[in-house]
Amino acid sequence: MPPEPVLSLAFAIVAGLVLGGSVAAVSCRNRVHAGLFLAVALVGLALVFLRMGAEFLGFIQILVYVGAVAVLIVFAILLTRGSDSAHERRSNAPGIGIGLAVLLWGVLAWGILHRSPGAIATPSPPPSMAVRDLGERLLREELLPLQTVGLLLTAALIGAALIALPEPGISPRPSGSHGSAGTETPPSSPT
Amino acid sequence: MDAPDQIFVLLKHAVVSWFPTPVQPWISAVLSIGAILAVYPMIFALTTVIERKALGRIQNRPGPNRVGPAGFLQFAADGIKSLTKEDIVPRAADSVVHFLAPLVVVVPPLLALAVLPVGRNMVALDLPETGLLFFLMVGTAVELGVFMAGWSSHNKYSLLGAMRAIAQLLSYELPLLLSTVSVVMLTGSLSLNAIIGHQSEVHAGVLLGWNVFTPWGAAGAVLFFIAALAEANRSPFDLPEAESEIVAGYFTEYSGFKFALFFLGEYLGLFAVSGLGITLFLGGWLPPLTVLSWVPSWLWFFGKLAVLMGIFIWLRGTLPRLRMDQLMRFAWQFLLPMSLINLLVAALWQYSTPWPHLLRWLPAAILFGIPYLLYHRAFLRQHPPRTYRYAS
Repeated sequence: MPPEPVLSLAFAIVAGLVLGGSVAAVSCRNRVHAGLFLAVALVGLALVFLRMGAEFLGFIQILVYVGAVAVLIVFAILLTRGSDSAHERRSNAPGIGIGLAVLLWGVLAWGILHRSPGAIATPSPPPSMAVRDLGERLLREELLPLQTVGLLLTAALIGAALIALPEPGISPRPSGSHGSAGTETPPSSPT
Repeated sequence: MDAPDQIFVLLKHAVVSWFPTPVQPWISAVLSIGAILAVYPMIFALTTVIERKALGRIQNRPGPNRVGPAGFLQFAADGIKSLTKEDIVPRAADSVVHFLAPLVVVVPPLLALAVLPVGRNMVALDLPETGLLFFLMVGTAVELGVFMAGWSSHNKYSLLGAMRAIAQLLSYELPLLLSTVSVVMLTGSLSLNAIIGHQSEVHAGVLLGWNVFTPWGAAGAVLFFIAALAEANRSPFDLPEAESEIVAGYFTEYSGFKFALFFLGEYLGLFAVSGLGITLFLGGWLPPLTVLSWVPSWLWFFGKLAVLMGIFIWLRGTLPRLRMDQLMRFAWQFLLPMSLINLLVAALWQYSTPWPHLLRWLPAAILFGIPYLLYHRAFLRQHPPRTYRYAS
């Protein structure tokens, strides 16, 4: 493959997707729109992975983040009545957010610039991103971290199920489907 | 003997060779895309007519019988009708999202169809590393489109349909993924071509080694196709668009050609996921017996697709729709544990290769049979057989 110029058309499109999507995600008044723009930015990130030859990471990024996380975020916004807030103020304290972003950017830039100068000029050959190699590494060398993460996720899942369970002391609310809406009468059992 | 098998491949090569070398990759891609865009919507059109006629037969009525011979040109009339109808966008709707949603629903199934091998040397986009992953990734994008359609319409029925759809799609994705994992484990590759190649070894001289002929493959195929029906919103899992409950679900507020696009996207998704099931479990374009290998490979693939469509139409005419809690309980309490057991069975099958063939089926029968019986007993305890006082 011939060496690409840094600012190729494909890179411009991908960068536009990521940047445009994330800027729109933080500046949109409508929160559902913001969630959808977040999905656009995540697709852009997946394209960045694909351009670097990491097919597996790129596809998993879309599978997990766009297919599941973005949908859940959008639904959480919807169910918590946040979607009708067209006239809300822009932000409570934009300074804190901007400050944090600049701080993060500074740390990353410092970290990249303070590596040995040669490391940037002559990059080491990139590690293999073939699916087979990734799998071998995950299930041989990194088995313990993988299992730990799995255990953590299982614990989270059980916790969520516990929260969702009906509490034993409280009887479930009578279903108001017998036409006696708003009255205190106990639902009579239909004969 | 090879000519009918490779006729489309040879045709494409002939057409491509007319063009100068620099544009040949482009012409090749355009031809493949054109074939996908032509073939599958045509199958969609035929399927709608056959489905309506078959449902009519099941319900003891003629079905469409006015347009063309025996009503078989009904799809053309429907297409013209939906193209010429007024495109209505509700005033309260979010117009941009409302416009984009049908596209987000139609494009992913088309992308997924591109990686399916439909015959020997016939695959539009061959991804040797991650073909299966690409397919699954593309399938998840539909959920966002469904949400966009349901939310942007600003209609409570649309929103209810979208919520049902998301809950259903997320729940049934797990058994779908887990039943594909068993195939990947046994094949050792994510490439769909390699998965078909792995099923081409001949057993007992005549029978090809389709995955469905193994215990994990048979169970996996059943689990896969149940989950596939749910992923494609097909009856008995058509709650997101249950006509008798919530009008048309998430695309209630769509009319004209956008409505047709939702319809098209749904059927394309069904073709794509059935094609994946054929590839994973039913041998792809391979014949079942070696003596039948003279039949062209693409005919096998589309023949299997036609048989599956027939079964799905039959199911739609036969089974009643599930209730929402039954739907979720079925996914989480039955399909998910069973597909986890299937992974165990697949692993046992892999490590018991030196055993005699019948003995290898024994652990699978035990592993599936005992949980199934236990589940059945628990189910009967919760839901004793109904007695009808007046209807019997």
